Amino acid sequence: METMEGSKGVADVVVNCEPDVVACFPITPSTHIAEDLNKAYMDGKLKTYVTVESEFGAISTIVGGSAAGARSFSTTSSQGLALMHEVIFAAAGIRLPLVMVVANRSLSAPLSIWNDHQDTISERDSGWLQLYCETNQEVIDTVPLAFRIAEELMLPVMVCMDGFYLTHAVEQLDIPTKEVIRKFLPPYNPKIKLDPENPITLGVYAKPEHYQDFRNDLDDDVHAAREKIKERSKEWANIIGRGYGDGLIEKYNTDDAERVLVAMSSVCGNIKEAVDELRANGEKVGLLRIKSFRPFPYDEVKKALTGKKHVGVVEKDMSAGAFPPLYVDVASALYSETVPLSSFIGGLGGRDITVNDIKELFKKLENEPVREWILKRELPLK
Amino acid sequence: MEFKREDDLFVSGHTACAGCGAAIIIRTVMRALGKDTIIVNATSCSEIFSSCYPTSAWKVPYIHVTFENAAAVATGIAKALEAKGNDHTTVVVIAGDGATYDIGFGIMSGVMERNENVLYICYDNEAYMNTGIQRSGATPYKAWTTTSQVGTVRQGKQEWKKNLTEIARAHNIPYIATSTAGHLIDLTKKVEKAKKIKGFRLINVLSPCVAGWKYPPNLTVKLAQLAVDTGLWKMYEVENGKETINMQPKFTPVEEYFKPQKRFKHLTKEDIEDIQNKVNDYWKNGKGEIYG
Repeated sequence: METMEGSKGVADVVVNCEPDVVACFPITPSTHIAEDLNKAYMDGKLKTYVTVESEFGAISTIVGGSAAGARSFSTTSSQGLALMHEVIFAAAGIRLPLVMVVANRSLSAPLSIWNDHQDTISERDSGWLQLYCETNQEVIDTVPLAFRIAEELMLPVMVCMDGFYLTHAVEQLDIPTKEVIRKFLPPYNPKIKLDPENPITLGVYAKPEHYQDFRNDLDDDVHAAREKIKERSKEWANIIGRGYGDGLIEKYNTDDAERVLVAMSSVCGNIKEAVDELRANGEKVGLLRIKSFRPFPYDEVKKALTGKKHVGVVEKDMSAGAFPPLYVDVASALYSETVPLSSFIGGLGGRDITVNDIKELFKKLENEPVREWILKRELPLK
Repeated sequence: MEFKREDDLFVSGHTACAGCGAAIIIRTVMRALGKDTIIVNATSCSEIFSSCYPTSAWKVPYIHVTFENAAAVATGIAKALEAKGNDHTTVVVIAGDGATYDIGFGIMSGVMERNENVLYICYDNEAYMNTGIQRSGATPYKAWTTTSQVGTVRQGKQEWKKNLTEIARAHNIPYIATSTAGHLIDLTKKVEKAKKIKGFRLINVLSPCVAGWKYPPNLTVKLAQLAVDTGLWKMYEVENGKETINMQPKFTPVEEYFKPQKRFKHLTKEDIEDIQNKVNDYWKNGKGEIYG
């Protein structure tokens, strides 16, 4: 264990995964990860580090690296991820096992550098797996897992960590060493790569008689990734002695709970605190944390929430004019069940969701279902 | 220089138009590059006519990702080769003027500034031909396109062509050259030379387009040669800052270049005189304007 910033921990574990191609463009709050990776390169601990001119250049560069058979990594946030959007879809379509740590941040406008999940949620349909982490230690432990899963399934993976709440938090962290990671993550030697000895054509143009079949394959393979995530999460947990639920979801006092909140990422720390405090008063409350948002764990969610008196979904994102994304997926999982389901949107642009706020939400779960924003407007908009 | 068709690395069966300048350029470039090459193709006519699943005209490894990112994808490939200790494979971008002069220019500028180990071939057919002949930064002054139409008030493109080659030169890259689809020995020599140089290399190749320039398909080579002979397209290379003009213009009247191309058919006598004067000025005292 060493005391360090979350971003430094991420950079250290990326170095220990021994990537061949790293390309980053600084954007708050992911910047420190990029800086620490650059320092690692300058110290000779990384083989390459490309100081690209934009996030569009970053994702394009690691696409090239991965297509040529190299383990490739980048990190970004918010506007940077939005700028990558076109290549995000292409990378999944070409089936390149990229890993990217996204330090979650809100999207403009208004401009905000602070945390919510709108950036990664907006890429949910791309074919990337999305793993949302609660703590810095979980992010660090998830990076090697992400490379393993990505390279086995030939699917790209986003590891999502809350900007500032995690990236800038200084705490005691354990970084799995190269030797430990090598036991779990074999060298990357893809069968399909750009190789003059065995020429192939990648990134083809497909007409209506073929296009849909490529997309269908991608969809099937992302669905099938659930079992692989569970299997490899268990294997990796056994090696490092730390695990996070079954790899897809984490249940916290869920089994005997009557009222349950569903959420992702660091706010789950506060929800756990609220659950502990309420349970001390005899209230049967619990948390279901979604780690794998893509693929979405429908069966696991349904099993965990069936029979509950009232479930509330807390999320830091929205889909203007529609129910918010996490709520929609939980509702889909519970479609055939009669579980009262509430939607709470909040924490956008870095507005804190405190333990007291969460207790209020649990209180709301004693009544009829609602769909509302967690409003704490201190100053009215003019 | 002799080539056997069976040794070609960009092969027949692709769906380019008859007389396509780009197809001639790519075949020639591939002959000069040889098998130890990885191609990154920007979205373009060349991508569409060469890589339609389940066929491919490429006998070397090939990747296409998006319209604007070929230079960055090539950077990643070059870095992967570097990381794996491969110092022999040539990483080559093939892109049109839309990808190079316009939408991919910012990325390309970054790649040039960092002097990444990439050979970039731009085939410049002077408009967005893949989407149906829209003007680009490379479209010449007064040329008709579907977004520089001939109207009652304005006729053809109102601006002069962006001088990409000189902008690239300002990045201090080790090798820059121009060529055309009508000078294949010149093009071959330049590709062979560029292949041996490390760092970012740009060869900007004028590529007549039958569909977009609107001329009979048998004139592709002739028009490319006329572009040089008139002085509209400058044939030169810059090696480590030292400029060499490979072919002096014959000062054939520019009208001979314009005449077979319907994209210029609306040009007035005054327009042609104006352009001729600018070309003369360019070659006499370095002021004026040319197209390339």
